[in-house]
Amino acid sequence: MIKAEQKPMDEILGYIESYNKILLSGCGACVTVCHAGGEKEVELLSYSLKMARKKMGNPIEILEITPARQCEPEFALELKEMVQNVEAVLSIACGVGVQTLVRHYPNTPIFPGLNTTFLGETVIHGIWEERCQACGNCVLGKTGGICPISRCAKQLLNGPCGGSSNGKCEIKKEADCAWQLIYDRMKNLKQLHKLEEIIPAKRWGIESRDSGLRRIVREDLKV
Amino acid sequence: MSSFEPKIIAFCCDQSGYPSLEMAGRLGLRLPKNVEVVRVPCAGRIETIYLLRALERVADGILIFACYEENCQFLRGNLRVKSRLFYAYKILEKIGLEKERLEICNLSTNSGVRFVEVLQRKYDALKKLGPNPFTQKV
Repeated sequence: MIKAEQKPMDEILGYIESYNKILLSGCGACVTVCHAGGEKEVELLSYSLKMARKKMGNPIEILEITPARQCEPEFALELKEMVQNVEAVLSIACGVGVQTLVRHYPNTPIFPGLNTTFLGETVIHGIWEERCQACGNCVLGKTGGICPISRCAKQLLNGPCGGSSNGKCEIKKEADCAWQLIYDRMKNLKQLHKLEEIIPAKRWGIESRDSGLRRIVREDLKV
Repeated sequence: MSSFEPKIIAFCCDQSGYPSLEMAGRLGLRLPKNVEVVRVPCAGRIETIYLLRALERVADGILIFACYEENCQFLRGNLRVKSRLFYAYKILEKIGLEKERLEICNLSTNSGVRFVEVLQRKYDALKKLGPNPFTQKV
């Protein structure tokens, strides 16, 4: 799922400094799971902002809402009435949710309250780790289900590099070396021979972000 | 400033804080003025937002009376509230409010005297610290 973290308070206060009534919108999906933009976080941020503005001598009124998924038009449109009654919207959904609101509310300033960080997994409650970079052509089938694009600092497709030491990455000492994990996994599965196959370089410019905006079209689903 | 009577919200765990409050009553001990007791089934029930809400609306200070660590009936409730308290400290730092207004006190069922002593110490400290600017009308 998408993982995110709240932006620094000063940055958020800067975005809304000229407004006296805003809507603070969370999202009930990914950012709720990583405790960055769910209903609880909406309330916490709302109180924090109200208190900070009150201290500045410039109180602010904040309406609160947490649609089930801010990145879906049906849910984004639920905000319509509230958006009409405020000067701006602060969204603590991911960057996708923010842009969905921007698309549906062209006349209202919409600001992000989160930094969307990565696609990741909950390692244990309170710790999330990157697992996918949405590179567009999944290689997990060749690497024992461990992603070298998101988990290897050098994104090596045929690793490890010379810096792997005692199973740890030389770039981030606390991180496991992805290629050590891949080797251990393949050994465990008795499939080490599969690593002899060279994985060809990825076509970043064709299948990934380097060629610009990516889009999926399913004609059968269009209404 | 001398007429300032700090308002303290005392969150009391049902297994330690509240029995201590009852014991203080039986011993005839007097609480400081302006203390409001909020009884909770376990300190782990206290969410960070409760602390913020109290500080935004009425409280000059908050005391959480929880069981001793490793002595929680629900195993980790007192540790959870401690983590939430530290999270609240971070928020208070960002918005510029003294973190001394929030405090946790671990005690056992029969700590009536300690209960009152800690509240009195908090009352005196808040009196020195002054009113919470957020509860004052702008």
